[in-house]
Amino acid sequence: MQPYAEEGTQAILLYIRYQAKKYIEITVMLAAILLGLVTAAAAPLLYRWLGKWVVVPVALTPLLLFLYFCAFLPPVLQGQVATQQYDWVPALGINLQFRLDGLSLLFALLITFFGLLVILYSSSYLADDPLLGRFYLYLTLFMTAMLGLVLSDNIFCLFLFWEITSISSYLLIGYKQAEKEARVAAWQALLVTGLGGLALMAGLIILSIAAGSYTFSGLVGVRDQVLNHVFYLPALLLILLGCFTKSAQFPFHFWLPNAMAAPTPVSAYLHSATMVKAGVYLLARLSPVLAGTQAWHDILTIVGGTTVVIGALLALQHTDLKAILAYTTISALGLMVTMLGIGSAYAGKALLFFLLAHALYKGTLFLVAGSVDHSTGTRELFKLQRLGGPMKLAGLAATLAALSMAGVIPFLGFVGKELLYEASLENIGLLLVNMMAGVAFVAVALLMSYHVFWRRGPDKTPLQHAPALFLNLPPLILALLGLALGATVGIVPAPLLQQAYQVLGNSPGAEMKVGLWHGFTRVFGLSLLTLLLGLLLYNGLNRVREISTVLAPVYKYGPNALYHRLFELFLHGAKAFILKLQNGYLRSYVMVTMLFFCGLMLFMLWRDSPGIDLSKRVYQLQEMRMYELVVMFLVIAALVFLLGTRSRLTSIVVMGLVGYAGALFYILFGAPDVAATQLLIETLTVLIFVLLLHKLPAFTYVSHQFKKYKFIAVSILFGAIMTYVMLLVQQQAQPSTLKEYYGDSSYVLAHGRNIVNVILVDFRGLDTLGEITVLAVAALGIFSLLRLNPEKGDKP
Amino acid sequence: METLLPFMIGTLFAVGLYFILHRHLFKVILGLILFGLATNLFLFLVGGITRGSSAIIRQHHEVAAEPFADPVPQALLLTAVVIGFGIQSFAIVLIRRVYQAFKSNNLDDIRKENDTR
Repeated sequence: MQPYAEEGTQAILLYIRYQAKKYIEITVMLAAILLGLVTAAAAPLLYRWLGKWVVVPVALTPLLLFLYFCAFLPPVLQGQVATQQYDWVPALGINLQFRLDGLSLLFALLITFFGLLVILYSSSYLADDPLLGRFYLYLTLFMTAMLGLVLSDNIFCLFLFWEITSISSYLLIGYKQAEKEARVAAWQALLVTGLGGLALMAGLIILSIAAGSYTFSGLVGVRDQVLNHVFYLPALLLILLGCFTKSAQFPFHFWLPNAMAAPTPVSAYLHSATMVKAGVYLLARLSPVLAGTQAWHDILTIVGGTTVVIGALLALQHTDLKAILAYTTISALGLMVTMLGIGSAYAGKALLFFLLAHALYKGTLFLVAGSVDHSTGTRELFKLQRLGGPMKLAGLAATLAALSMAGVIPFLGFVGKELLYEASLENIGLLLVNMMAGVAFVAVALLMSYHVFWRRGPDKTPLQHAPALFLNLPPLILALLGLALGATVGIVPAPLLQQAYQVLGNSPGAEMKVGLWHGFTRVFGLSLLTLLLGLLLYNGLNRVREISTVLAPVYKYGPNALYHRLFELFLHGAKAFILKLQNGYLRSYVMVTMLFFCGLMLFMLWRDSPGIDLSKRVYQLQEMRMYELVVMFLVIAALVFLLGTRSRLTSIVVMGLVGYAGALFYILFGAPDVAATQLLIETLTVLIFVLLLHKLPAFTYVSHQFKKYKFIAVSILFGAIMTYVMLLVQQQAQPSTLKEYYGDSSYVLAHGRNIVNVILVDFRGLDTLGEITVLAVAALGIFSLLRLNPEKGDKP
Repeated sequence: METLLPFMIGTLFAVGLYFILHRHLFKVILGLILFGLATNLFLFLVGGITRGSSAIIRQHHEVAAEPFADPVPQALLLTAVVIGFGIQSFAIVLIRRVYQAFKSNNLDDIRKENDTR
């Protein structure tokens, strides 16, 4: 017995462990997203409870998530992939499918680590802001969405998170809602990225139709099918449109510098390190499926290259720290897109190393710019000097980051730059573009560190207050990380980037050998040359700015100006259109309705062209009685008279005549009940009219002038069409089974001989009840309208 | 007669629509009434008309004997006529009220006054 029992217990224990493991595996990735969402939703409430200590629980979330994703490092480094699926709308292929591979993990770690630092930084940066709770709500929401984006395996899932990042970016750019500039910039960013998002959705759907799969992992397997599909080019173009708007590629780059209206931590996080890289991420994710064609190569290298050049040129012309950084970010994003376009093994490596290096140094520089702004109250380059004394830590961080940006050994930026040059060695044009960016980056790096902090100048920029700890610590950590990862490049970052590189599929299986020192190669020579040229450029920067004022008129016609002009045009157009359509004139609404109806009828008549054969109905004319004809002409004569009369009383009497004539027709054609009602009601109408007549205005004749003929034409057209329809229906009369049913059963079932009455009070009794209710409501309305007299003090 | 009636009803429709497009509120109401009448007659005609015989079961019969008029359009018409009356009388009272408020029954003047308010 004993051994069996032991075995049983062990089996149960194993089972429990297995189930628990499975459960954890299934729920965790979704739980990470949910944790972010819950924190985001709770942030305003927590702020109300905890005041400035709200930062503790809010910062705890990215910390937990960061540690959690770190736990995935060992399996992912061995090449494993964690997946998870939660069915949402399985019939449409819309599922929450998550997949954690090297590329996703790289981004996930970047997002959570950066998120942690930015949240800490913001607690000082926005210390006295009464809306801090809301700020954390937006920021955490963004972080969660970004995490979801990089973890998604399902295209719809990715699109959902993609859009949430756009919306949270909108909310964060417009955070200083009192400033018009911020609102305009937020709106612009949302429109540009949102329109791109729509294109992306269309592109992804077309792609999934071509491939027959809704997941990225599934798409990879059917590459050949996709490349040869008719839909390849439209899908590619639409997806590229989405990615280019998101990653601020030329000509959609203009929203990014404007987005600098956001608080600086937001600029550092969204508009430099993470969100703008979403486009690059998606392109990298899709490159195993879409890359390798001439179109892909050409579009990406040309657009990316143009963006690099324009970003670098514009960066040198600005004097606002954040604007300079924004344009260099555009340039850097262009470099990444170019690398994706080249698609060689070197390019893939260069992309990943440069991406990581860029996130670290650019994030640092943004945060430092924020600290400087916060402490001195200005971001204007010429007003800032000799800040190295009072802001030592910030100066140190800026210098470390600038060294990385300039590509100095042994920083991570050096590795990135070397690889960038290596990848573009074969193409002299791209190499030049690359060099140009490199030189500009060196000059900007010098501006950001030497110029602001250490340059000897006449006097120090006064500090309004000393920077708080959390304004210094996060940038310093990032800058030191850039140094540490650079020094240990082969050991620490390389294995993870190797796994991320596998996802790109440039040349699968290729081992990445990355070291800091390659010896005195051509590329190293180019690096040194870049540094030298950058130094020269920095010295001649004032000249460059002077010359660049010549370009000012060009900006009048740049994409930004074009956007504003289009935007205004659109608003004007919409307003004019609405005023035209909803002009407040009853008759134009009626006219449009009637004309549309006539148009539809005419179309149907033209399409089916049903002829009317009147010859068969001559016998009906022979049956006609004289008195019927008399009544009919009476009606027509009355109508003609009505058109001409100017007297109210005459009009009312003539109306009564027409109504009574209608009643006569009911009698003639076997509807005595209808006729009785009609007579009664016509009498009542005339009575009401006459009773109220003395309270109505005199019947001034208002003519339509020229419009009159338009109205006459429409009326005659409508009358003619109705006549035609009636003749047509008469010709194709359908026997009614209802008639037979009521004829047979009205006495048998309801014991009434007048079938119409039986229908009204018995078969359809409830309808009659409704009718009575309507009359009662109308009576109430009439009564209150008659009694109401606001001129005597009644309230309407 | 059945062949001529459509022309009369068509004329009713045309005149009714013309009055509805008029800018004097009084005429718009007249137009509404005419249009309503035309619609009722239209329904009556389209439902199929039978001369002379009403939809009543004769004494000592259990079921209606042909020819008798189709009772279904008539039942519908009765409802329509009564509801139409409700609308008409409400509209008549409404023009009085509009005149009280705006001192005009010209729709264009009323609209302009609305813009300036």
